[in-house]
Amino acid sequence: MVGPVQRSVRLISAYAACAAAIGLAAGIGWMREPRQYRTDPAVSHDLENFRLMKNGIGGAPPDVYFALGKPYETTAYDLSQGKRLYSWFGCAACHGTGEGGKGPSFIDGWWLYGPSMVSIVASIRDGRPHGMPAFRDRMTTDEIGQLAGYIKALGAYAATNSAPSRNDDKHSRPAENRAPAAALFEQGPVPMHPDQGPSP
Amino acid sequence: MQSAWDAQGHSAEVLKHLMLGIIGVCTLIWLLVVLMLFAALVKRRGQAPLQGEHAERKTRLVVYLSVAVTTIIVAGLTLASFFATRDLVVGRDMDLTVRIKGQQWWWQVTYEGSSFGPRFQTANELHIPVGRNVRLELESIDVIHSFWVPSLAGKQDMIPGRMNVLTLRAERPGVYRGQCAEFCGLQHSHMALMVVAQDDDQYRRWAQAQALDAAVPDDTEVQAGRAVFMRKPCAACHTVRGTEAQGSSGPDLTHVGGRRTIAAGLLETTRGSLAAWTADPQTLKPGTNMPIVPLTSEELQQVSAYMETLK
Amino acid sequence: MTGVDRISPDVLDLDLQDAEVERHLSRTWGTSPGFWGAIATVDHKVIARRYIATAFVFLILGGLLALAMRLQLARPESRLIDPDRYNQIFTMHGTNMMFLFAVPVMGAMAIYLVPLMVGTRNVAFPRLNAFSYWIFLIGGSLLWLSFALDAAPDVGWFAYVPLSGPQYSPGKRTDLWAQMITFTEVSALAIAIEVVVTVFKQRAPGMSLDRIPVLVWAMVVMSFQVIMAMPSIMFASTTLILDRLVGTQFYNPAEGGDALLWQHLFWFFGHPEVYIIFLPAVGMVSSMLPTFVGRPIFGYLALVMALITTGILSFGLWVHHMFVVGLPRMGESFFTASSMAIAVPAGIQIFCWLATLWLGRPVFRVPLLFIIGFIVTFVMGGMTGVMVASVPFDTQVHDTYFVVAHFHYVLVGGAVFPLLGAIYYWFPKMTGRMMSETLGRWAFGLIFVGFHLTFFPMHILGLQGMPRRIYTYQPELPWSGLNLFISISSLILALGFLVFFVDVLRSWRHGLPAGPNPWGASTLEWATPSPPPPYNFLRIPVVQDRNPLRPEDKELPVAAGLRVDRRELLVTSVVEALPEARESSPQNSIWPFWAALATSFMLVWSIFSPWAVVWGAIPVAVALIAWFWPKGTPEDEA
Repeated sequence: MVGPVQRSVRLISAYAACAAAIGLAAGIGWMREPRQYRTDPAVSHDLENFRLMKNGIGGAPPDVYFALGKPYETTAYDLSQGKRLYSWFGCAACHGTGEGGKGPSFIDGWWLYGPSMVSIVASIRDGRPHGMPAFRDRMTTDEIGQLAGYIKALGAYAATNSAPSRNDDKHSRPAENRAPAAALFEQGPVPMHPDQGPSP
Repeated sequence: MQSAWDAQGHSAEVLKHLMLGIIGVCTLIWLLVVLMLFAALVKRRGQAPLQGEHAERKTRLVVYLSVAVTTIIVAGLTLASFFATRDLVVGRDMDLTVRIKGQQWWWQVTYEGSSFGPRFQTANELHIPVGRNVRLELESIDVIHSFWVPSLAGKQDMIPGRMNVLTLRAERPGVYRGQCAEFCGLQHSHMALMVVAQDDDQYRRWAQAQALDAAVPDDTEVQAGRAVFMRKPCAACHTVRGTEAQGSSGPDLTHVGGRRTIAAGLLETTRGSLAAWTADPQTLKPGTNMPIVPLTSEELQQVSAYMETLK
Repeated sequence: MTGVDRISPDVLDLDLQDAEVERHLSRTWGTSPGFWGAIATVDHKVIARRYIATAFVFLILGGLLALAMRLQLARPESRLIDPDRYNQIFTMHGTNMMFLFAVPVMGAMAIYLVPLMVGTRNVAFPRLNAFSYWIFLIGGSLLWLSFALDAAPDVGWFAYVPLSGPQYSPGKRTDLWAQMITFTEVSALAIAIEVVVTVFKQRAPGMSLDRIPVLVWAMVVMSFQVIMAMPSIMFASTTLILDRLVGTQFYNPAEGGDALLWQHLFWFFGHPEVYIIFLPAVGMVSSMLPTFVGRPIFGYLALVMALITTGILSFGLWVHHMFVVGLPRMGESFFTASSMAIAVPAGIQIFCWLATLWLGRPVFRVPLLFIIGFIVTFVMGGMTGVMVASVPFDTQVHDTYFVVAHFHYVLVGGAVFPLLGAIYYWFPKMTGRMMSETLGRWAFGLIFVGFHLTFFPMHILGLQGMPRRIYTYQPELPWSGLNLFISISSLILALGFLVFFVDVLRSWRHGLPAGPNPWGASTLEWATPSPPPPYNFLRIPVVQDRNPLRPEDKELPVAAGLRVDRRELLVTSVVEALPEARESSPQNSIWPFWAALATSFMLVWSIFSPWAVVWGAIPVAVALIAWFWPKGTPEDEA
């Protein structure tokens, strides 16, 4: 015979099991990490509407970018594609592996136009004075976003888990997921950036 | 068309004979074992099992003999495969050297200059003269791929940081399909290439034509297509020799219209397939590195017309 | 414990009647009721049953993935499953079947059967055994959780660099894979050590080395292979994760690393792995066969020698997985010869079984049917194995469906068939109930026919040039007919497994009662009641023959003198199994569970931060200290 206490214990455990299952399913649904290989052309079109402030520094990304969960900055796949584009589009010719050259460095903690996604997208898309070409006609919106997200991760002061790791290349600085910018930044007081090139 | 049994090259023929031999021997052994098994199963139905030294003596002899025969057969097969490996060598004289670089997910093909023609680059299609020894230098620029054209030769891996060499000699003219055989990521399934074996004259003509720059269009639609190509992101990744398009992260398109397939064997080259591919590569080959470039339908028609003329 | 207990005389089984001994032993060796009692148990039979059940759940999940793949490949250019998901599916299928089903299930059979077959009361290191199960369970769940999160590994179960390296495999997918490997390594190593020590030091008196059942020999050889092969994959997966997370350069050619190093390390483990799965299976065949032919196995010594030879040779042929990477000619010849040579010990075993069948009178019960199916199928897999051992042959079939067919013949034909036979054979021992003979025949028939219809055509597809691991193929290629046929046949195979699982579930509750020795078998595990009590043997048996339970002997001689008021086993000498000492065996403990949780926490966290290794080590240390803390129980004092 099953006593009333046992019966209620069973009932409670059944409810608890159901709740746990629903919670697990919800958690899984929320934490799923699908990769987006094909951006819908309509979304892609909306993503072009990065609103830039007049001075060319800062602004607001389109709403759809937030609705998608800021993929270019948070998805490991997009960041890694961004890193690929960095080498395919010859960014290294001026910026090296991030430490700069003819163009400014990304890992010294100093952003000429601020570290916001909008500024970086605008720099790539529209170009900047003193030599930064516009890539508007050479890359798609998606690609510009991926590249910008990567550059932002490269210069971030704190490493994220989705940042790319080292490449199968010569090793010149810590990998992005080890936060190369943070490492340089933590070296203590460094002289104010003398090699920033002409200011805008 | 892509089969180890359809041997049309020297290596593939040697391998086919070896394979037929080994498969024959092995099938025979398997039949014998299964025969013995069923004989053993039906033999003593209804009789008491045999035990003891006496009963086992004869059986033991048979087992010893079988083990000895196994050893001899295995040694024989080892020797056979050793000699087959020796037969694969076609000689030291190479008539032509081609460098093939595997990448996600297409093949970059660079012909070295030779008595057969000048040096030039193409993609996803290999032409070779029949009866000539062609030296393939296999490399990879990203992950491991494997070069495999079953009708011509066995496969050989392409490993980053290394160079492997494979010699092809087609015995008969024809078009032979090959496919990447080492898992290389998302689009491993769509990484094929065509090998066209043709006689010396045809090959020479083809090579001379390949080395030329792209034809200058005279048709207005084609001219417009060329302009779109140069204006849009296309030119950033692809090269069309003789124009300002000098990108190198995608396949060389100088003579894309003359190739049998596009997108590494995905589609037959027609104006329609060129347009479809340009319009939405991510649906046809999800994950490919070619992005969806926003084009109006008019631009799309013009670009595909231009592509088609690049013979 | 109080001083009074300390000076009280030992309660020995010498002085007691059977009923009294039974009462004492049940109390001493039993598992406490309730949830925490179940978590804390260290009874090898309970743990092994959990292990087997978990492994079969993983088998079902892996089988469902296989069906999903077949559904996708049934027609050309199918868009049912996208390439990203497909790559995850085939990676999961391989990883799951190898690491979460085949190896653990063989280890679990060892954990269940070895102590019973050698006549002892528990495995050596029973708490490690419990730890091993929890680690396995957590590792397996982790992998499947990552699949549910769409973050499952997608680089193949072999995870070749550079594809699995930092540059081409973004995200945590490959890290999860590499860490899951660590979990299964730990659990397999734990089992291996338990088995070796149990067999070498805990055999019943009189069970000298030449009287050990062939299955136990197979488990010993398997355990040594695990001990020698696992460090290689441990090094490989750790260096991979270091390359990915910390930025070391083990596999980076530009910095002096090497992409091929991974393949050498992986296959130095990966090839013995095949035999780690296969040898226990042939051991099962050798141990089941005598029961169904009514005579002892033919060529005991030859079989044992063949097992050992296979175990040693299996470390000398890993390069045959790498025949097309561009090897020097000399290397090719050596590894062709060694790969061919392993056919000889395999042949010896086949011939010994055939001779046993030849001399005996076969009784066609379900386990024998599976053995027959095994011989027919495995010999075919062996033949295709000889084919791919030849370098020139391999260049045409490497990485094609021919190889897929080959290793399914070897692994399903060579290991799963004997395993299913073994489940039918030992199920009565584990549950006390027989499985259904009728359903068993149906299951065998469907699985055998379904298997061959599914996998034989893959040989042809491979020769027709269809590569492995493709998520689709184009309609103009001549493969669609056979692929559709294979996909339909796979349903027959799946139906066979369904019948098998239905039979298991039905027989678990409603099978006919089995009695201690339903088959009239001659090995020691059948001397215990079914299912065996927590202490296995009321009194430790004494072995005088290779087949201790001969029908002509009515009584099994036993040894006495062990205490019954605490967990005690008999330690015997390695070769002759002469009694050496009474050794205490650990009590149930909750701490292996907490230690496993703490270890898992550390390993999973380490995917996200290297500091996890430092901070995560603290809970592990706490759990281990509690695990080994002397609690004043009689076992601890001995």
